[in-house]
Amino acid sequence: MTWIFLSSGFLLGWSLGANNAGNIFGPAVGTRMVKFRTAALIASIFVILGAVISGAGAAHTYGKLGAINAIAGSFTAALSAALTVFWMTKFGLPVSTTQAIVGAIIGWDIFSGNLIDTTTLSKILSTWVASPIISGIISFVFYIALRHYLGRVKIHILEMDLYTRIGLILVAAFGAYSLGANNIANVMGVFISSNPFRSLDLGIFKLKDIQVLFLAGGVFIAIGIFTYSYRVIKTVGNDIFKLSPIAALIALLSESIVLFIFASQRLERLLISLGLPPIPLVPVSSSQAVVGGVIGVAIAKKGWKMINYRLLIKIVMGWIFTPVSAGVLTFFSLFVMQNVFTQPVYYPKPHVISDEVIEKLSTLGINDPQLTTLEHKVFKSPVALKNVLKEKTGLSSKQILKVIELSEVDSLLIDSTLVDKLLDPYMFTHCQLKSLKKLHGQLFVYKWQLKDRLQKMCKDWQYIGDKLHDRDINEKLDIIFKKFRISEIRKLRSP
Amino acid sequence: MFTIFKKTRELEAEISKFLDTIIEASIHFKEGMKYYLQGNIGPFEEKVRIIDKLESQADDLRRSVEENLYLNMLLPEARGDVLALLENSDDVLNAVEETIIECSVEKPECKEELKQEMMQLVEAVVDAVDEMVSTVRDYFTNLSDVPNHITKLKVHEHETDEIGERMRRKIFRRDDLDLCQKMQLRDFVLRLEKIADLAEDVGDRVDIYRIKRLV
Repeated sequence: MTWIFLSSGFLLGWSLGANNAGNIFGPAVGTRMVKFRTAALIASIFVILGAVISGAGAAHTYGKLGAINAIAGSFTAALSAALTVFWMTKFGLPVSTTQAIVGAIIGWDIFSGNLIDTTTLSKILSTWVASPIISGIISFVFYIALRHYLGRVKIHILEMDLYTRIGLILVAAFGAYSLGANNIANVMGVFISSNPFRSLDLGIFKLKDIQVLFLAGGVFIAIGIFTYSYRVIKTVGNDIFKLSPIAALIALLSESIVLFIFASQRLERLLISLGLPPIPLVPVSSSQAVVGGVIGVAIAKKGWKMINYRLLIKIVMGWIFTPVSAGVLTFFSLFVMQNVFTQPVYYPKPHVISDEVIEKLSTLGINDPQLTTLEHKVFKSPVALKNVLKEKTGLSSKQILKVIELSEVDSLLIDSTLVDKLLDPYMFTHCQLKSLKKLHGQLFVYKWQLKDRLQKMCKDWQYIGDKLHDRDINEKLDIIFKKFRISEIRKLRSP
Repeated sequence: MFTIFKKTRELEAEISKFLDTIIEASIHFKEGMKYYLQGNIGPFEEKVRIIDKLESQADDLRRSVEENLYLNMLLPEARGDVLALLENSDDVLNAVEETIIECSVEKPECKEELKQEMMQLVEAVVDAVDEMVSTVRDYFTNLSDVPNHITKLKVHEHETDEIGERMRRKIFRRDDLDLCQKMQLRDFVLRLEKIADLAEDVGDRVDIYRIKRLV
């Protein structure tokens, strides 16, 4: 059953490989600089490597936008996104999986009564606009610099040919790695919270459960590259194919750099450690990044008149139409899935404002006399609670979000005998593991209760105000919340 | 990877050698014509033999380059242009060879008063051929200098046209030559002019290919 549900993700992966390989090695193959098989093999290897090694960064952002927690919901969202891409492509509209999947996640959020994280959403939307522009600027600068350089040095046409060939292969590898890293979230992102895979020990290295999921997705991208991308490259015809191999090389390099910077956790860490604002890790559309790259080269070559405004309008339309259609389709498909096929498409997140919650809120300075009137009432979803809080209390929207966060009911049971089995000992400090084990047999209804206890017992769990350190702690806590959920513990205990 | 670099360098050397052969032939052509006009038939025939040999060497080199370009799938974008350039440059060398062989076969009589102009014509033709070789060479390595060479090439071609026309007029105004001698000399002058025309054609092609190659 799980595999049937995952199939829609694999379909998305296949379609990504078939459609987007052209944006990685299309010109190399189109200009016959590199054989298709060579290019496809290199791209497949690197797309999988990118997905497994660096896929987590951008995928994390989708998790914040909406953590689809039931696999039937993930299936429906991915399928709706795939169908949207398929239909819009059929009608000749420019479409990208990235935009479709974001629409699908929002569709699920609305259906399941989850709050849409507007901060994350605006971050995603701004990168859509920024990615083609950044790609254009990079290719413009590279083109001018390269032309200047080539005008000064005397390189034989044959050597130039050789360097271009090597360059196209390197860019294909880098592009494939970046595509895998940045776009695996589009393929497998909706399955993260309902991931059926377990971590895998391959002797030399160990793959986390999420990496196994990405590996599976990456394999389907590779299948898409091998089975169908040649046909797409040959028939679709793209602006980049009209470029000379060197100009195409620059456009592709710019695209790859953009995909990379929006996926690289290392770069993010570097920027933070230098005290610079980090680049958000968000999946971006490779087609739009490459269009940006092509426009950058065209402007450098022939000036501003080269901008094709109709193409730009089409891209902007894609930003709006694709997510909206995918969102609407997801919403209705979830309804059908839930009511016709009777599959759970989401697990409700009930919210209860208990004495402990009110006490905790007052320590944070959030006091409202109306909160006590809502005590012990069960709210089926964050949206339901939000509406009541808005109506009855005078809390600000930031405070409302805090109330929602703290009142989310969970059931976490700490079993010290499972700590070593479930947690990677290299990931946690000795103190962190010890403090967790000390809580053996205790049940926590709210996540923050467990967090508070841990922070009191061991300073390694405490926030220090450093962005990277604090995020690292949150990620570790998320792992614990997931692994020690009572439903998971029961699964492990029952034979 | 190393073999690809080696192959590329070998091919570059072959192309360069092909162009060197044309230059070498044009020098022998100039000297040969000088001997002929001086009446030194022995050394002249020696030059004819050398040019004949150089021409077949150039043919071999050209074929080898063409074969390599196709076999190793090199220059997919510019391959057609490069092949056309090599073949057209070879046509110029063929025209040089045919001209000097025809001279050896027919031995046209050149009156003393025409000899100086004939030598000027030969020199202008050789200059055009040399400039053509520089144009082609720079197409491969130094695109920015190509326009300069093309300008010079056009000047030399124009010069051959002017000298050629002047000579033909003079030839047909003479009373000391039979009509058949006049026609023979005219053909020879036209042959020389044709070499410069062919060289100019190569220059025109390079001009287009250069634009195609601008990144």
